[in-house]
Amino acid sequence: MAATVTNTDRVIDAAIGGGGPRGRGGNGFRKNGGGHHEGDDFRFSPARYRVGVWVAIASIVMLFTALSSAYIVRSASSNDWTPLVLPKVLWLSSAFIVVSSITMEISRRSLKAQNNRGYRLWLTNTLMLGIGFVAAQLFAWRQLARQGVYMASNPHSSFFYLFTAAHGLHVLGGILALTYLLLRTRRKTDTVEGELKRVGAADAATVYWHFLDGLWICLFLLLFFWK
Amino acid sequence: MAEASHDVAHRHEPPKSFIRKYIFSLDHKVIGIQYILLALSAVIVGMLMSVLMRMNLSWPGTHWPIMGTLFPTGAPGGVMSAEFYLSLVTMHGTMMVFFVLTTAPQGGFGNYILPIQIGAEDMAFPFLNMMSFWVTFVGFLVLLLAIFAEGNATVGAWFTKLGESAWAGGSGTVGSIGGWTQYAPLSALGKVAGPGQGAGVTLWIISIAIFCVGSLLGALNFITTLLNMRTRGMSLMRMPLTCWAWFTTAVLALLSFPVLLGGGILLLLDRIAGTSFFIPGGEYVSGALIPNHAGGSPLLWQHLFWFFGHPEVYIAILPGMGATSHILSTFARKPIFGYRAMVFAIFAIGMLGFFVWGHHMFMSGMSPYSAVAFSILTLSIGVPSAIKTFNWIGTLWGAKIRFTTPMLFAIGFVSVFVAGGITGLVLGQTSLDFFFHDTYFVTAHFHLVMGVASIFGMFAATYFWFPKMFGRMMHEGMGKLHFWVTFVGVYAIFIPFHAMGMLGMPRRYSNFSEYEFLKNSHGLVLFVTVAAIVTVSIQLLFYFNFFWSMFKGKKATDNPWEATTLEWTIPSPPPHDNFAGVVPTVYHGPYEFSVPGAPRDFIMQTEPEGVEVTAGLGETSGNGGNGHKH
Repeated sequence: MAATVTNTDRVIDAAIGGGGPRGRGGNGFRKNGGGHHEGDDFRFSPARYRVGVWVAIASIVMLFTALSSAYIVRSASSNDWTPLVLPKVLWLSSAFIVVSSITMEISRRSLKAQNNRGYRLWLTNTLMLGIGFVAAQLFAWRQLARQGVYMASNPHSSFFYLFTAAHGLHVLGGILALTYLLLRTRRKTDTVEGELKRVGAADAATVYWHFLDGLWICLFLLLFFWK
Repeated sequence: MAEASHDVAHRHEPPKSFIRKYIFSLDHKVIGIQYILLALSAVIVGMLMSVLMRMNLSWPGTHWPIMGTLFPTGAPGGVMSAEFYLSLVTMHGTMMVFFVLTTAPQGGFGNYILPIQIGAEDMAFPFLNMMSFWVTFVGFLVLLLAIFAEGNATVGAWFTKLGESAWAGGSGTVGSIGGWTQYAPLSALGKVAGPGQGAGVTLWIISIAIFCVGSLLGALNFITTLLNMRTRGMSLMRMPLTCWAWFTTAVLALLSFPVLLGGGILLLLDRIAGTSFFIPGGEYVSGALIPNHAGGSPLLWQHLFWFFGHPEVYIAILPGMGATSHILSTFARKPIFGYRAMVFAIFAIGMLGFFVWGHHMFMSGMSPYSAVAFSILTLSIGVPSAIKTFNWIGTLWGAKIRFTTPMLFAIGFVSVFVAGGITGLVLGQTSLDFFFHDTYFVTAHFHLVMGVASIFGMFAATYFWFPKMFGRMMHEGMGKLHFWVTFVGVYAIFIPFHAMGMLGMPRRYSNFSEYEFLKNSHGLVLFVTVAAIVTVSIQLLFYFNFFWSMFKGKKATDNPWEATTLEWTIPSPPPHDNFAGVVPTVYHGPYEFSVPGAPRDFIMQTEPEGVEVTAGLGETSGNGGNGHKH
């Protein structure tokens, strides 16, 4: 949590009755019974987005854990395992998504600092990088297809297509979220609740985007560097 | 954002249009009732299938003219074919496990009651909540479609156009064959594997995958709501046990459904994309070599499936445990015995459930060492289960019990849970499972402990919360008749199942008349069929009571059962935003019954402290075996 107390922080703290910026740190889980405190005047707290996104991440992790364990079992269970040669374009897509994680963080911090222009700018950059990532992944698919490597060609290619598709679908979800946030910046939010929702949604989207980045790195390592 | 507007500013008006109010509603109460209606529809299909199975087992080869008319290919001349029977087994299991036992307890009652019990005006993400129901509903439709794609020649022909192997339809079954576990490799091969293996299995997989997504959206919502939306003073240890049960269930769903989804995707790819995740090389089916596949592992499917499948049985039963604890305490007019122990036990059961999936696979050729580990972990679930059982009995001990219909069903829950759970200790031993595996003993075990017990939990919940949901009481006389016939009926069905299992009668066989060693047990089979038909028939009375009481039942007061939790502080039925914009404050634990010195024998959770409450009772409802004797 940032050490500086910004106006947004104050607004949020006033709203959820937290004690300074730390009050809404962590995962939004409150020991005093959660919910509402003396003097709170509305029932929305941005923590629910934060909790929600972590819970969602837990389930996505389980999906990929299941698929990865299938990958490991399958690679050991027979002698037809012929790994793909790493398509070079994947380095580019990996670079895209790692950098997009950084730009997303800058964008989030800009919002925290109430720098709306910076927020919009870096959000746009993140979105572009995200689209670039998906495009690079599709390019890798086309390259492989041109070489005659398809889903059913061998077990490794099956898993390659499966992992990139499953991850790509989640990235598309992230891109939708970023687009939504970007469209939100065009609308003026006057109410404290509206502002809270916007900040909460941006926070959650950032967590999710970092997760997509980390997930891709894990899959990339598993697919091409795990023996 | 004026501070003074605290009480009135946040009243949410209900939507006006019919569609937004009753169909695509964001209100957790409407969504809860939608889930319950979905389960009430699915359970009819499931029950009809079980009656057809019993008819076929008892009177094999009989001509049932109506069957011949409805399913000319599956039951030519009205005689059910073996494949037809197997598809009944599969669809009965799928319908019941997914669309009844997973929807009603969690999506239905959890959705309706949990936000109110924690003092929230709705779920954390109402839109996701709506999506979770409608996604589940689409899954249900796809499963129904599987019935027609295989059972009806015309619909089957439409599907066959999509693909000769994986989509071939019209084979004369009612859906897929393969049991609710849909074991690979047969389920991965398509039409070549036999009748019901074309469009039936493909649609089955798609339906279950859709169902997984719906459940995940629901679980996400439950967990966030419970962690984030509790009202002032509603600490974790002041939550009703129902909320703990729904929360644990949501955690289980959140972590296990993705695994089934992953497995389902792999299975689907094997069928339609030519991959070999589960299909080994050199496999012969019906005398033909399966080409173009090699290297897959059928066991992998079993691991993925049961990693989901075991937590799934707790997803079905835990909400029933929560409702039972809640209802037992209410009608025993005593605090629940050992509240904290109950919370830890329910969580322990949930978590242990993730480490025992191997006990479904003792016969798969696994290493005896892993089998022993799975066996010990499995038996250790007996500990928290016994804690719960003893605490239920402790709650009833010495109580002046009010034998209402919900109470009868809650006591019935304890009974069938113990009766069914005890055989889990038998089946959890590798040596005994060697004999009992795939016999009727297993069928008896899981029907009692997960099927009947959770249904009893849901009956208890229905009779208990009906007045809150619809503002009218269900008819007690009909309810009691329903209870006694059902209670005797389920034992009459499932106790003989144990005996059949011990005789070695195998599951999933359509006809026992050819087996010399089973000739003598035909009387038992007939007896079960009669019991099943009686038990199913009495459920019609429940349906009648349910819908009749909705309109003609006695008007209910806000708190007809003299219960303590938050849902009984608001009108029946509750307004659109539950607490009419007021944020309730909680001062007490959920089960403060018969507190000495209190003017009534119960203290509402919202009653301010200080007037009549003796010191030291604020934190939890205590463990008092005899109430609060100081």
